[in-house]
Amino acid sequence: MSQPVANAKPSQPTSRSAAAGAWWVLLLGWLLPGIGYFVARKWVRGSLVLVSVVGMFGLGLAMRGRVFGFNTSNILDMLGWIGDLCAGALYFLTRLVGAGAGNPYSVLGDYGTNFLIAAGLLNLLAAADARDVVLGRKR
Amino acid sequence: MGFSHLTAVVLFSLFASVIFGITLREGLREQLRYGLIAFAWFVGGTIAGGWFLYLLNPH
Repeated sequence: MSQPVANAKPSQPTSRSAAAGAWWVLLLGWLLPGIGYFVARKWVRGSLVLVSVVGMFGLGLAMRGRVFGFNTSNILDMLGWIGDLCAGALYFLTRLVGAGAGNPYSVLGDYGTNFLIAAGLLNLLAAADARDVVLGRKR
Repeated sequence: MGFSHLTAVVLFSLFASVIFGITLREGLREQLRYGLIAFAWFVGGTIAGGWFLYLLNPH
């Protein structure tokens, strides 16, 4: 006679609480690049994401890229702002110290603006991936 | 900061490829492979696009 299979119901609250806890990983990963992987004890991945996002954002600032502020009058500015905001603490820190004014007369300044936006978007991608790792959906 | 355009492209490609490799594939071997392919496409595509635009209007 076969043993009864474990009922799935008791495990639901646990998995639900794990999923709820993993939202904090997403939030942390967004705020501080690479931290989500550190929570999952993926030290190499976390370090690579940290170096890549911070390096990209730093290079964007060094190239005199523009960090967008909230501006509802221009859709492209809004999209740029969303991209920049995805960099988390790096964005807030930059706004706090008043850096990221940009240089419209420099071609590299335009490159820098794109570096800043891409750094934010890649940071969000990595934070979402780290959440999947914590949830066990990905190795 | 005095970057050439090519240096900027290579640095952008490097950082983006690292994160693409980590996030879009599983297993070290697959991640490395995907990262390298993404890097080659980023840099190669940009150079090819540059030549295409140059040939459209060489003067």
